[in-house]
Amino acid sequence: MTTTAPDISKPRKVRRGGSVIGNTGLYVAIGIAALLFLLPFYLIVRNALMTDPEITGESWKWFPTDIQWGNITEPFDDVTVDFGRAMVNSMVVAVLMTVGTLLICSLAGYGLARIPYKHANKVFYAVLATLMVPTAVTFVPSFVLVSSLGWVDTYRGLIIPGLFSGFTCFLFRQYFLGFPKELEEAARVDGLGYWGAYWRVVVPNSLNFFAAIATITFISGWNAFLWPLVIGQDPSAWTVQVALSSYMTNQTVNYHLIFMATAISILPLVFVFLFLQRWLVQGVAQTGIKG
Amino acid sequence: MSTTTARDVARPAPAKASKARPRRGLRGNPTLNFWLFTGPFVIGLVIFIFIPIGWSIWLSFFEARYTVTPSKFIGFDNYHQILTNSNFVKSLGTFTVFAAFIVPTTWAVSLGLALLVHRMRFMKAFFRSVFFLPTACSYVAAALIWKMSIFNGVRFGLANTVIGWFGIDNIAWLANPDPPWYWLVIVTVRLWLQSGFYMILFLAALQNIPGELYEAAAIDGAKPGWQTFRYITLPQLRATSTAVILLLLIAAYQAFDEFYNLLGKATWGKPPLVELYNTALGTNQDYGAGSAGAVVLTLLICVVTLFQGKIMGFGRGEESK
Repeated sequence: MTTTAPDISKPRKVRRGGSVIGNTGLYVAIGIAALLFLLPFYLIVRNALMTDPEITGESWKWFPTDIQWGNITEPFDDVTVDFGRAMVNSMVVAVLMTVGTLLICSLAGYGLARIPYKHANKVFYAVLATLMVPTAVTFVPSFVLVSSLGWVDTYRGLIIPGLFSGFTCFLFRQYFLGFPKELEEAARVDGLGYWGAYWRVVVPNSLNFFAAIATITFISGWNAFLWPLVIGQDPSAWTVQVALSSYMTNQTVNYHLIFMATAISILPLVFVFLFLQRWLVQGVAQTGIKG
Repeated sequence: MSTTTARDVARPAPAKASKARPRRGLRGNPTLNFWLFTGPFVIGLVIFIFIPIGWSIWLSFFEARYTVTPSKFIGFDNYHQILTNSNFVKSLGTFTVFAAFIVPTTWAVSLGLALLVHRMRFMKAFFRSVFFLPTACSYVAAALIWKMSIFNGVRFGLANTVIGWFGIDNIAWLANPDPPWYWLVIVTVRLWLQSGFYMILFLAALQNIPGELYEAAAIDGAKPGWQTFRYITLPQLRATSTAVILLLLIAAYQAFDEFYNLLGKATWGKPPLVELYNTALGTNQDYGAGSAGAVVLTLLICVVTLFQGKIMGFGRGEESK
């Protein structure tokens, strides 16, 4: 993503000449688009730091007259929804899901890509077949299964069924297919088996890719809604998204509290975004390779 | 624990393995190692994907209300029931309308953003981040903002405030299916959330277009702008476009979060997944009919995917690998 070489060389001759207006136009257009994209984020912060009368007032206010810093603790003090518990649940679920998915899917991807086994292709087709079946459509039978295991309202129920992502396994397989053979050659010379080579050579040389997939998995785990909604029957098992959703169906609407909760729920991801963006972009671009 | 098993398993093998393939491969029995690596994943796949699918197909032929261990075989009655259920059929219509709006608009917006960002000479990374940032937001959070702050049906909603400046009366965006303003809300929320993601895909593809193509086009007299876009950029993005459209369609089929949260108990605007959720996990808990619906929907998605693959040549790149 950082290589900009082709784009600089390509239009140089053509664009330099009549481009002051063109460039200004470009930056104006992109500036307006950027403001529109940032607006919803601003609205969350604005509403979170206002009082309800100010939010619902007769005239629209772009800025709070008096910033209500005290609102920050309100979601945690609220008695109707245990927001702190929901944050903890989401954190546990997203972290364990990320670790588990990375472990299980990367091993499987490596096995499929690199270990010579005569039925490997059949296994791979079975994995591909699951890509055709949208996970969201299988939620009814999955719920049936998980509830018959007695996993409703448990971390197990929230996490384990989500660990076996055919798509992530597929991505790892594609990645390992392109992994330089020479490095494994070195492992062979050192007398390592598959297992040793995987942990001592392959993984340490693939940390970028692992980070990319980890970032994507964490975000989708944190933002998941349908499955946690189905599994979290008891409020103590709610994730943050389910808690937020419950605010919307509540009888009384407490605007600043709802938006403060929303802001807090987005915060971990904004951090993930700021620190891990390089891998995130790389990972997303990587998913496009298959096209 | 697994480490020790690996070692134990690997130890007796090398002699045989190295005889079989003296030059290639790592120490250890490939078959055992293959299952050591993929076994956990395959077991999970079977338990949490294949078994539920099988169970779903099985359940769809039984009367299964409030129970998942049914005893009464009813053949295709569930299918008959779900396919004559006006709500389920209507939900397929809802999906069609939704896809007809969201797929082309997201394609155009994400491609447009990618072209803009790609052309920038400075602050490129900043703007790329800005457009990508909504990816971090969940559908639930976004639905909250859209429903309670932007498209609130009362005067303090941003949309109503803005149209108020032009003397237009408040619009009840979500509370009324006629005129169907709720589509504007539904489509914009998803557009905001997913455009940045697909923009990255297009950006990656744009970077892979060789610069010589543009130089050659310039020599042939193609004017920069529309002509180069039409004859160079667009054809070069074909593979990515196909993948993006396919991903968009699949994502649209799975639409649940924003419909559930924005429209709540409204009787209109329910896509298939919301309908299935209500059938199987709503007050009736009709797992049989819900499973039949899931089977129908899965088949439908497969057909659409294969059909789209046929007409757009998806998978051609895959085979050549």
